[in-house]
Amino acid sequence: MTWDPGKDVIQVMRTPPPGAARSTYRAFGETLRGLKTTFGRMLEKPVTLEYPEEKTPVYPRFRGRHKLHRFEDTGLEKCVGCSLCAAACPADCIRVVAAENTPETKVSAGERYAAVYEINLSRCIFCGYCEVACPFDAITMGHDYEMSDYSRSDLIFTKEMLLAEPLERTPLRREGE
Amino acid sequence: MSLAIVGYYEAWWIQIVKAIVIFAVGLQLVPIVLLAERKLLGRFQARYGPNRVGPYGALQPLADIVKLLTKEQFRPSTSTGFLFALAPTISIMTAVAAFAIIPFGNVQNIFGTPVGLYGIDVSIGPLYLFAFGAVAFYGIMLGGWSSGSKYSFLGAMRGAAQLISYEVSQGLALVGVIFTAGTLSLTGIVQAQQGMWYVVPQFFGFIVFLVAGFAETNRAPFDLVEADAELVGGYNTEYGGGRFASYYFAEYLNVLVVSGVVTTVFLGGWLLPFGIHPPGWVDPFVVLAKMGLVTFLFIWVRATLPRLRYDQLMSFGWKILLPLATLNALVTAVLVVVTHK
Repeated sequence: MTWDPGKDVIQVMRTPPPGAARSTYRAFGETLRGLKTTFGRMLEKPVTLEYPEEKTPVYPRFRGRHKLHRFEDTGLEKCVGCSLCAAACPADCIRVVAAENTPETKVSAGERYAAVYEINLSRCIFCGYCEVACPFDAITMGHDYEMSDYSRSDLIFTKEMLLAEPLERTPLRREGE
Repeated sequence: MSLAIVGYYEAWWIQIVKAIVIFAVGLQLVPIVLLAERKLLGRFQARYGPNRVGPYGALQPLADIVKLLTKEQFRPSTSTGFLFALAPTISIMTAVAAFAIIPFGNVQNIFGTPVGLYGIDVSIGPLYLFAFGAVAFYGIMLGGWSSGSKYSFLGAMRGAAQLISYEVSQGLALVGVIFTAGTLSLTGIVQAQQGMWYVVPQFFGFIVFLVAGFAETNRAPFDLVEADAELVGGYNTEYGGGRFASYYFAEYLNVLVVSGVVTTVFLGGWLLPFGIHPPGWVDPFVVLAKMGLVTFLFIWVRATLPRLRYDQLMSFGWKILLPLATLNALVTAVLVVVTHK
């Protein structure tokens, strides 16, 4: 007894297959059309961006390598070592060790400062949560995206490296561009 | 009894010089075609292609060859003895041998010595060509088999089937030309095209020969022998270093040989249209320019058409190309007989 598929059967309508002459003509015509298309592409200008010389411009809100900031007038660090960025970091790549400011050595504007501030960029996922979590806008995401290096330990950025004015290597794209 | 009558030959020392010159020209053309292919494929895909080594990437083939030749001559433990080393040599030798009969010009007076601008003018031109084409297939077949690898073997098997299928059509496509020209000598065929290039009266023969030529040289869309996507490189999967370079060289030289034959047989060789008769030293450049155009067509087609499935390849070869070639030969034969009277 054969299985009766019942109402599940769908009738598929197909066009009749083209005859030998017509399919040959069609294959030939399509081939010529393909050749025309590729020839047209050849005459166009390549879309290649020659990378090490030309760089892809980034948008102003691009999330690249982090920067730590100082107050412009006093030169004190904005970071007070609260570790909120480290708490917010989903990749757990920020390490902050706080220390008290003393009257002799005042590093930051608040009571405490970050004695150690390290970001392990080989772990960072560039989500920007640290930037959002920071109550003093001490850490922001920069535009630098060229961070390849030869060893993993070189990718652990210290406070000095993050505070230093980064080389502006990346061209900026305007908002509407 | 001689195997073939040689139409015109010179003193032995001229022949040696000619052999060296032709080999040198062929050797220089291969890197040019290699670079042209990579540059043009880049352009077809809206990118630049190699442009780092030397001005405009001109030294890229040199860098490729240096890289390949300094590599280790690796041989898989499953490979079969000396056949593995012999196979690329067969490929390269047959390609160079086939290059010898492409005429670059008629007999010229060079410093008072008449010299034919070709390796040798045999009276069996196309047969010589097909003979070496058939031997060249051993290069692929032995290479694929002696590697002792499944992929190589599959590539070699496909190569065998493909070459047998398309060689028939290729031969029949030339038959029409041979009927019309009444000679098998390639220089004779060129001279018979004085009034009109054979691409016009033998248009179907031209198309069939070209398509079969793509298949014979294992070029896209008939590159099932290599089929990187499925066969990891086909017959040359296990090859590396200098041996791979030989295969590569042979492949591009074969492209040049087919371009040369198309030029000679269908595009009037060194003849120019509209009754222009330049001095003799222009002839080789005319031939090279025409060969360049045909080679460009090879690259253009490679950039355009996807690879055929195996059954499509077979049905195309036997059901379309072969009947078309046969019909072309038949009609030509009838017309030749009718108009001859």
